Amino acid sequence: MNTTGKTCQQNLIGEMGKRWVFLFLLLEFAYFSISASGYFSFDTVQMILFYGTEIFLLASAELFVIITGGIDLSVGYVLGFATVISSKLMVVFASLGISPIGCILISIVITLVIGLIPGFVNGVLVAKLRIPPFIATFSMLGITQGISELLMQGIPAKNLPILAGSIGNGYLLYIVPGQALSFFHRPDVPRGVRVYEIIPNVVVFAFLFIAVFAFILKRMRFGQHLYAIGGNIDAAARAGINVRKNLVAVYMLSSFFASLAGIIYVMKYITGKADAGAGFLLDAIAAVVIGGASMFGGSGTVWRTILGCFVIAVLETGLRMMGTPTFDKYILVGVILIFTVLIECFFSNFKK
Amino acid sequence: MRTSELSSRPGFTQTTIGRTVGRNWALFFLIFMVIVFAFTGSGFFEIANFQNIIHLSSTSILLAAAETFVIITGGIDLSVGFVMGLSSALAARIMVILSTTALPVPWIIILGSLAGLVISLIPGFISGTLVARFKVPPFIATMGMWGICNGITLRLCHGFFPIAGLPAALPELGNGYLIYIHPGKSITFFQKPEYLADNQIRELIRLIPFSFILITVVILILWFILHRHRFGQHTYAIGDNVDAAIRAGIDVNRHLVKIYMLSSFLAGLAGVYNVFQTGIGNYTTFSAMYELFAVAAVVIGGASLAGGKGRILGSFVGVLVLAVLKNGLAISGVEPFVRYIAVGVLLIVAVTIDQLFPDLF
Amino acid sequence: MGYIIETRDITKRFGGLTAVDKVSMGVNAGEVVAVLGDNGAGKSTLIKMISGVHRPDEGSILLEGNPMKFENPMGALASGIETIYQDLALAENLNVSSNIFLGREKTKKRFGLFNVLDHPYMLEESKHVLDKLDIHIPSLKSTIRTLSGGQRQAVAISRSIYWDAKVLIMDEPTAALGIAEQKKVLNLVNSLKSQGIGIIIISHQMYDIFEVADRIIVMRRGRKVAERLVSETDPDEIVGLIVGAETVKK
Repeated sequence: MNTTGKTCQQNLIGEMGKRWVFLFLLLEFAYFSISASGYFSFDTVQMILFYGTEIFLLASAELFVIITGGIDLSVGYVLGFATVISSKLMVVFASLGISPIGCILISIVITLVIGLIPGFVNGVLVAKLRIPPFIATFSMLGITQGISELLMQGIPAKNLPILAGSIGNGYLLYIVPGQALSFFHRPDVPRGVRVYEIIPNVVVFAFLFIAVFAFILKRMRFGQHLYAIGGNIDAAARAGINVRKNLVAVYMLSSFFASLAGIIYVMKYITGKADAGAGFLLDAIAAVVIGGASMFGGSGTVWRTILGCFVIAVLETGLRMMGTPTFDKYILVGVILIFTVLIECFFSNFKK
Repeated sequence: MRTSELSSRPGFTQTTIGRTVGRNWALFFLIFMVIVFAFTGSGFFEIANFQNIIHLSSTSILLAAAETFVIITGGIDLSVGFVMGLSSALAARIMVILSTTALPVPWIIILGSLAGLVISLIPGFISGTLVARFKVPPFIATMGMWGICNGITLRLCHGFFPIAGLPAALPELGNGYLIYIHPGKSITFFQKPEYLADNQIRELIRLIPFSFILITVVILILWFILHRHRFGQHTYAIGDNVDAAIRAGIDVNRHLVKIYMLSSFLAGLAGVYNVFQTGIGNYTTFSAMYELFAVAAVVIGGASLAGGKGRILGSFVGVLVLAVLKNGLAISGVEPFVRYIAVGVLLIVAVTIDQLFPDLF
Repeated sequence: MGYIIETRDITKRFGGLTAVDKVSMGVNAGEVVAVLGDNGAGKSTLIKMISGVHRPDEGSILLEGNPMKFENPMGALASGIETIYQDLALAENLNVSSNIFLGREKTKKRFGLFNVLDHPYMLEESKHVLDKLDIHIPSLKSTIRTLSGGQRQAVAISRSIYWDAKVLIMDEPTAALGIAEQKKVLNLVNSLKSQGIGIIIISHQMYDIFEVADRIIVMRRGRKVAERLVSETDPDEIVGLIVGAETVKK
């Protein structure tokens, strides 16, 4: 038996092992606040949130799949697929004379429904045909890329409703100190008067979904079953969990989140293209791993994945504001990724 | 999913024909495609086109060969594409720097190439050590190296600028042929006939590109290592059952480090060759997805991501399947997006076949 | 007196191989029956038919006198036949109470809209069932990964018991355990027996069998070759039966 003193020490180190990402994030933020002038501000935080929205969504998507012990390589191109579909639809509906808000809403709904299809196929391939997730989702990557190119024919959609851009780049709350406070609408003020913009719309939109599914993952049966499948797929099956159905659902969920990210991309940048999400895959998976999830499945939480996203986003914005070439980010993300796993290994020795 | 009750499917796969087809379906499919494209695309079924296909896929073949070893051990190397970029950029950068000195051109090329090859051992050493000694999942270790190599490459490229200003001899070497035949007039080796004017170049028959010789040599060596040497036996043993390999006295950690270094080295070779082929130093873009296509080729070639299975020639056929598909569809006038879809569908079919014929490879 | 579970002439063939050939056996409530046999004798196949993994080609399985037809393991579970496999089938990343309730989680309605997991209830119930079996685990919130082999076995057993097992099938319950833990598991089997559950044990450990079993069934090449009361036999005879030396003896 251990002495209480040793146990206490072990607990402390174990706790540090769990919290180090948070500590690291604080250190990182402190470092950039000192090194990059103007970094330490509310606007920077908003900027991190705004530019990071797609990563937050894609990392959440990836997390669900990774919890079950799988991987989804297609999220980036499902994002692209969704940008192409939603932008094309908005243009088509606009040309039919539907009101802008109607165009946007209908397009979003249709895109989200169509966006479930790649995930459904992934899920069926993985669960029913027992194809390794790596291969199944890579195939789907190619297929969605091909379909996006087919729909686009080399020409990105033009003439999107202006409203889309103003929602995508708008804020939840505008405050003109001492004068006005308005939701969604930028108050008309003379030039030079400072308007405080609080929380970008897209961030609200994204975190609404992330919060709902974080809750489902943590508190509902579906979430519990995902962890069980990732922990021991045979045990889950023998305990009567419908493993196949759950796997199909999780890949659909992943695609759903990727489609959401695609819609947000369209609203932010008012364009859609097949390779819109090509560069996001490394960041999304890295965020999940930095957030402490195991690639073998069975662990990981939304909250810690979001922390992982922040680690990357703080780094990226920090480097940008310091004037360092942004491609240094790749080196640092790679290093952090490897160190995360090393640290987990190190601390897990103490936990025993 | 992984319960053993589901995997017993006797019948067709137990017949001799079934075995042969199942084991070599990629080769049969390749032949089938060649026949189909021979009818649908004019100019497909010609020696020049076949040489072209192999020449253009030589880097992919090297990357797939690299991936084969890692996949047989049950791992994966996501960094190959970016190690290739790193070697390409470093070799080019060194050559550019040396060009300012009085060094003769052959030395510039040799030193630059050596630098590219040597640097490529480092990422492999690091990811191998992480995987073997620190038990970091291969996916993450090599993904980390992906990021690091990519960042360093872009530094060498000063951002997103390919490195130009290299010796002009490079592309001639990289794109040269062993034999040049000017019908009825002359046969020369290594160089085209000097008297030939530019407008006569179309009359020339060129045979056996240097790239073909390079990959033939590499594949022969790797084939020997994998199928005729203890190193290969150990590789399969580790992929099949790590514990058994350890108990059998194989130094698994050391072996894994070697495997990842070999993988990385082959990626480096691809990078250096890429400089010879294009005459510039190239960084790797995200959307190229070299590493994923390499994995795809290896899987089409009959390997299993679970480890213990895979053949060098299988991976070679796997690359050719993808390359012929691309080339054939393009020559047949099919729109490029169809190719992406076709690759996806092909992969799914490949793995499904692998599931149906579980114990053949 | 009626058996709680009974097989009548059940047969299972795989291709040309008859894995189980017309085996009839029965277990009374509160009785431990051991199935013994060499590798390939058909023990596992017999057990798998009772637990619903395989469907018998011939013969019938009766639970409390009623013929049963299980389409899959879930059917057997629903009828109160619980199986503890050698690998225990626990999700190591989840905690004790989550494992006891795995696949059958208790939920409660929130805001009358959706069901959330009722962790307090599941913890409380898990505590009860562990107490009932006199099992001590430091914290029900600790993950299975942190438990010893014996504790894991105990969790697997508690899970079966919580779901009102009538029949409990145990496949090599002590195979992976240390000596002290083997003892605990055997005590556990004895306490289950006293609660009126019918237990079938597959084991290679002769000592275990004579410690807890009431009756022994010996199988060889798919057939039941002998049935003995533990009180009327000894390990030597059983070993002889397993290897096929009984004819010599007679």
